[in-house]
Amino acid sequence: MNILYFALIRENIGHFSETIDLPNDINNVNGLINYLEQKGDNYKAAFAQSDLIRVAINQEYVNLDHPISNNDEIAFFPPMTGG
Amino acid sequence: MHISVQADDFNIPDEINALSKDRTDIGAIATFTGLVRDIHGEKAIKSMTLEHFPAMAEQELEKIGNDAINRWPIEGLTIIHRYGKLLPGDQIVLVITTSHHREAAFNAAQFIMDWLKTDAPFWKKEETDEGTHWVAAKSDDNDKKDRWK
Repeated sequence: MNILYFALIRENIGHFSETIDLPNDINNVNGLINYLEQKGDNYKAAFAQSDLIRVAINQEYVNLDHPISNNDEIAFFPPMTGG
Repeated sequence: MHISVQADDFNIPDEINALSKDRTDIGAIATFTGLVRDIHGEKAIKSMTLEHFPAMAEQELEKIGNDAINRWPIEGLTIIHRYGKLLPGDQIVLVITTSHHREAAFNAAQFIMDWLKTDAPFWKKEETDEGTHWVAAKSDDNDKKDRWK
């Protein structure tokens, strides 16, 4: 699956996007976050405050318990501050 | 509805004219412009960089615009949001609503700004003499949005 990161989450992780093969036992956003956190302290820092994580799957906002599949594009970002 | 997410500046009179030319039925035009301030709390702001999610930004502004159109009798609507590096005094965002009467134009413009603050995928980073920092979302922005429910 294709993963995108924006703003502070992008800076903490150190790159804008990556492609992973989603393990079969991961079926929702929270599961993916737990999986990514095993990849290093940069990921742990990015996802440290779950109330400051917003998620979009295929360009639609979803909650952390939303199901995911390997064909999805998922984007992680902090609460928005435009305007 | 005219929606644009762009790096370039916008010209407010041109945008108003695009909605009002050849129309004699419009009794009200409301415009809101958001600008970069040179001060945030105690800190002097040297510049601001707006990051956005290109694949989503226009789509989300369009959704918010459609919600406003479904709620008030709006004759015309323009939403422009800029991204990239901006300096104090620079224009960030423009909302123009036109209607037969003022109440719909005022309300729709405010509704659009309140929703845009929390639902349009843009993030502000401020540069000061002490370094750079991401602007934190304000909890009262959610309260402002919720008043329209």
